[in-house]
Amino acid sequence: MPGADKETDLSERIESFLSELKRCGSGAGSLRGSAETARETTALLRRITAQARWGNAGELMEIIRKEGRRMTAAQPSETTVGNMIRRVLKIIREEYARSRGSSEETDQQESLHKLLTSGGSSEDNFRQHFTHLKANVIEAINELLTELEGTTDNISMQALEHIHSNEVIMTIGRSRTVEAFLKDAARKRKFHVIVAECAPFCQGHEMATSLCKEDIETTVIPDAAIFAVMSRVNKVIIGTQTVLANGGLRAVNGTHTLALAAKHHSTPLIVCAPMFKLSPQFPNEEDTFHKFVSPHEVLPFTEGEILSKVNAHCPVFDYVPPELITLFISNIGGNAPSYIYRLMSELYHPEDHEL
Amino acid sequence: MADSVGRQVDSINHATGKINRLKLFKRKELTKEEKQRLRKEKKQHKKNKKDDRGPPEKEKEKEKASVPAPSKPATQSPAHKAAPVPVNASASESPVAAEKPAKSKAELRAERRARQDSERASKQGKKEGGQQSTSSKPKATPNELQPVVKRLPDHVQVDDPVALKKLAKKLERQQVRQINIVMLCLLSDCCPLTDDGFIQVFSEITLHIPVTVIHPSIVRLGLQYSQGIIAGSNARSVALLHAFKQVIQDYSTPPNEELSRDLVNKLSPYISFLSQCRPLSASMGNAIKYIKKEISNIPSQCKEEEAKRILQECIDSYINEKIILASEAISKYAIEKISDGDVILVYGCSSLVNHILCEAFEKQRKFRVIVVDSRPRLEGREALRRLVKKGIRCTYVLISALSYILPEVSKVFLGAHALLANGYVMSRVGTSQIALVAKAYNVPVLVCCETYKFCERVQTDSFVSNELDDPDDLIVTRNGKTHLENWQTVKSLGLLNLVYDVTPPDFVDLVITDLGMIPCTSVPVVLRVKNVDQ
Repeated sequence: MPGADKETDLSERIESFLSELKRCGSGAGSLRGSAETARETTALLRRITAQARWGNAGELMEIIRKEGRRMTAAQPSETTVGNMIRRVLKIIREEYARSRGSSEETDQQESLHKLLTSGGSSEDNFRQHFTHLKANVIEAINELLTELEGTTDNISMQALEHIHSNEVIMTIGRSRTVEAFLKDAARKRKFHVIVAECAPFCQGHEMATSLCKEDIETTVIPDAAIFAVMSRVNKVIIGTQTVLANGGLRAVNGTHTLALAAKHHSTPLIVCAPMFKLSPQFPNEEDTFHKFVSPHEVLPFTEGEILSKVNAHCPVFDYVPPELITLFISNIGGNAPSYIYRLMSELYHPEDHEL
Repeated sequence: MADSVGRQVDSINHATGKINRLKLFKRKELTKEEKQRLRKEKKQHKKNKKDDRGPPEKEKEKEKASVPAPSKPATQSPAHKAAPVPVNASASESPVAAEKPAKSKAELRAERRARQDSERASKQGKKEGGQQSTSSKPKATPNELQPVVKRLPDHVQVDDPVALKKLAKKLERQQVRQINIVMLCLLSDCCPLTDDGFIQVFSEITLHIPVTVIHPSIVRLGLQYSQGIIAGSNARSVALLHAFKQVIQDYSTPPNEELSRDLVNKLSPYISFLSQCRPLSASMGNAIKYIKKEISNIPSQCKEEEAKRILQECIDSYINEKIILASEAISKYAIEKISDGDVILVYGCSSLVNHILCEAFEKQRKFRVIVVDSRPRLEGREALRRLVKKGIRCTYVLISALSYILPEVSKVFLGAHALLANGYVMSRVGTSQIALVAKAYNVPVLVCCETYKFCERVQTDSFVSNELDDPDDLIVTRNGKTHLENWQTVKSLGLLNLVYDVTPPDFVDLVITDLGMIPCTSVPVVLRVKNVDQ
């Protein structure tokens, strides 16, 4: 039966996506950039919308939420998956509201007046059936996909406004967004880049080799020299794994030190992050915030005799508080960290913050 | 204006930039050097050192070649600014090389750029009326200002070609060959001597050091320094003093010479040799000053055996007082600061801090230690081994995980390489970062340092004067891929491996010395008191 085939095909795809997520988190599989993950998640959600069986918006949202919970559980540190799911849920709500004819703006704002007057009208269970809802939702998801494809280019287009000639720019680790940003600026400007190598994974080395292919003057320094070198630096431009709801960052380890050193020297810290990295998480969830990988990167097994008597830690991420950040550059333009809460309210519905 | 000249220079360099030109340039230099040397040797016996500085300077300026030295944009001075970055080069970067330079390309470029810039500046200066380049310190004035301005030693001013030529001259006069020791060599306890009295060290570079000029224990010491076999400020000073004891033992006063004057003169080429192998640390500098003072204080009617005995005793007492007993005193003070339940963070391998922790553990204090380490030296592993052997509970992280581990920490103990007169702490690179992040988390930072490491230099950032380590140490192979393997072939890629950095005094809460616990800003007071004592 075609329906059953579609369903098995769908669940197969979901399973394979989940196993991909699990694998690349442990570092065994190939490391995927966040952009790819976002695109794949969105494509998968579109497929779910198209192929799963649902009658009204509420059911669709339930299905997506269920799958979403499984996906985020497979790799909790990969927040882009959760972000895309929340975006799609918001799209569904919007399309539903548009089909119903009511404008979404008034529905969203929870003012005291509304609470008083509306009473129970927001008990809208999304139970109404609309024939064109499916098509509309799929179209909106397609728009989202196009937006995702253009994020890196949108960010790089802003590069010339921020980088001028003969500047010394510092960065840490490897971020594809920052790479594209700097390469775009290098077409018209001459500047120097210092890359902190970010032990133990040393992704800074890859970044440096990739940058100097475009003839950008690059210098690689060890992490210990970040503060020593900072007095010579004009700007610090970094990428991040996640932008948190308070405007802080969850970035690769070593970024907090870099941010503190930049603050001490009053050097601006610019974060290049596309909007799909914005997550409604807060940094206070201690047990879910940090991710650790095998400490043999730090203390290899060759140090056998002391290994058993020593605790070695290898955290992957760092928290950077919003006070240390000067500017966020995203695909929709530049923003201060204090504005992040507003952007988040536009992207996600408050009820979706907990999947 | 300087920028446009810089661009012109860059275009010239782009057209002519080949290493061959550099070699030609160097060979030209050397022949000129030899000519100068012959001329100077006649003069040197008549005049003393201070007068020598006057005439050779002017001669050199006239004879300065107008060969455009090819220099590629320095990758180790990242700022594209007109003023060169004077970097205190280690032995392997001395530009007037007698041997084939096996230096890294980036260091070559840095020197060439620096030399090129200062030559250009001085050429402009000559047009404007023979002023010397402003980037170098004026040489004429220190003679009058000696008590006020502390001059940097010659080998520090890498950017000034005049100073470099002077240094080369001085070394020639002392019959010390400038050495580029870059290759690794497996050195056993003493250097093997070949038949004709020369020392064959490397398979690829043969170091012909006439043994009659440099004492073999000094040669061995120099090689141990440059290979990193002896590392750490205390270890280097102690090794130096032991080598000097050996030298004094083997010394015999030539006829018609006074021991007090001749021995000091004998020591000077040794010190030049050692500083070529690896730049002297502040502690070594102070030790050398002490020895020279002791030697010159020997009364002239003293017999040679007696004098030697006195000097040996002086050296022994110096080592005992300033290093061994000092570390006992510092431990005593520091242990007061360690309380039960403490979590102490240490960085790298400081012999003093390890000693303190071991003593505290023996005195039954309950604490645990977090050892922070950094690439490429990974000295923290050595500290980890020593502490674990004692039985102390340890945690080990890399410096990038500092923000993660600091909320657990109650105190930070740091060692120092030197304490500068403006209160800055010069220590292994990464120390300033630890102090910075500790300050942000409100964790007290305690620096442990003996008083013999206090020096009168001042410095505000880690760039003006530093030591550069081998950049190839940064290369690492992960998952079978080495990204930076051929970094030297890539024009726009450079690696920077600093050895030291300076920590501002506002990050440091307390300095524990053998004289007591003082704030960072009291260093000049201690120096003044010490000078008055002596």
